Amino acid sequence: MKYGYYPGCSLEYTAKPYDLSCREVFKALQIELEEIEDWNCCGATMYMSQDTLTAYSVSARNLSIAEHQGCGEVCAPCSSCYTILRKTNRYVKWDPHARAMINDALSAADLSYTGGLEVRHPLDILVNTIGLNRIVDRCVRSLEGYRIAPYYGCQIVRPVYHFDDMDNPTTMDRLFKALGAEVVEDYPGKVRCCGGMLMMTFEDVALDLNADLLEGAVTRGANCIATVCPMCQMNLESYQPQINAKRHSNYRVPIVYFTQLLGLALGIEPKKLGLDDLLRPLPKLAPAKPMEGVK
Amino acid sequence: MGISQSVSPPLESELRSAFWDHVQMIPDGHKVKTCLQCGTCSGACPVSHAMDITPRGIVALFRAGMIEDILKSRTIWICASCYSCTVRCPAGIRVTDTLYALKRLAMEKKIYPDKFPVYALSKAFTRNIRKYGRNFELGLGFHYFLKTKPSKLMSNAKFGMGMMKRGRLATRPHKIKNLWEVRAIIERAEKIGGGK
Repeated sequence: MKYGYYPGCSLEYTAKPYDLSCREVFKALQIELEEIEDWNCCGATMYMSQDTLTAYSVSARNLSIAEHQGCGEVCAPCSSCYTILRKTNRYVKWDPHARAMINDALSAADLSYTGGLEVRHPLDILVNTIGLNRIVDRCVRSLEGYRIAPYYGCQIVRPVYHFDDMDNPTTMDRLFKALGAEVVEDYPGKVRCCGGMLMMTFEDVALDLNADLLEGAVTRGANCIATVCPMCQMNLESYQPQINAKRHSNYRVPIVYFTQLLGLALGIEPKKLGLDDLLRPLPKLAPAKPMEGVK
Repeated sequence: MGISQSVSPPLESELRSAFWDHVQMIPDGHKVKTCLQCGTCSGACPVSHAMDITPRGIVALFRAGMIEDILKSRTIWICASCYSCTVRCPAGIRVTDTLYALKRLAMEKKIYPDKFPVYALSKAFTRNIRKYGRNFELGLGFHYFLKTKPSKLMSNAKFGMGMMKRGRLATRPHKIKNLWEVRAIIERAEKIGGGK
């Protein structure tokens, strides 16, 4: 199966470490990942809140190209792109009226889309399709020493049930445990919202949301928070000084992408995983421990 | 809550029918009529404490014929699209999508809350897609803060430098190869959908 890779705008720059680590991890696990050629912005919630049909049509261009490229499924690491592309895909697949209108719009660019693809998140592909056994087989070191707060955020579990529970998802928990790390299983922020773009528009509200997420992790002894979304990562990582000023706290929590942690276990060089580009560096692991003994 | 009572009847009915036009674009959009007023949406919402009208209150006001007050509220602009309300609503109402419909209506009718030009961000975002095919984060932030809170430009500049040093901020936009395709699709879709 060839996966059509849809990085999305954030992964080009602000979430570069996510892009690097995602590609490296797929390469190490020998899963074919082919970038969707000349992809455009999915439109995010911004377009969806302005003009529905245009929003669907703009994001359907990407699916159309992926289909013509011969990809079986689309891999979208950004939670926002993932939701938007899935939403578009669902409407094209199940709603004949929407399919006709979207295809009418696409025809202006000589494109069409049948709805034949599946849109998936890399976390789902890695854990549910590739499987923990195959991943652990290829790992060269354990993640022992990390106590990880798994942060899923909103959009990979909502609005529609897809691959994990909406209130208490555990896909990342299982992955990190299999890699030998400790997981904060009772992390209360798991699926709470980081505020997304509110950080620009209503900063005060968003700072509080993020402060709660940090506090929940730190008070449970986490030494890092693992994310699956560039928006969550950016809000949690880069606003810590403002949060500390507001809450009189002293948080310095590394916020890493789940693919970066997986990459470390696979023995990929930290630099290639973009670990050097984080604003709060991840503490170095003790000398490499082999994977033996990890269940 | 400071809600004005002075909605003139013709405007209300006009807004009401325009709202239903927008709701038609949402699958199961009509379910908003079946709201039980249980308040699960407001309880599930992580930001309802910062709203002037709770999500439940939005539906109540709608029923009371006070759409203009809804459009002037901070609520529709403060929703962060986390979908907590949507997945919990016992009546199966797509609350988030309904708030989107209200945002679209507000932009169409140019009715906004005072001093909360959030729509400026939405507009700047879609302008980027038309211009480049992709989002240009630096341009988006600069444009938005320049228009709304210029004082933020300086404090954000330092953060921007740090990101740039790590290769995490583009200094110029990236234009996609076949930008004409995106523009043609947008133009056609706006014609078919009437901008809804």
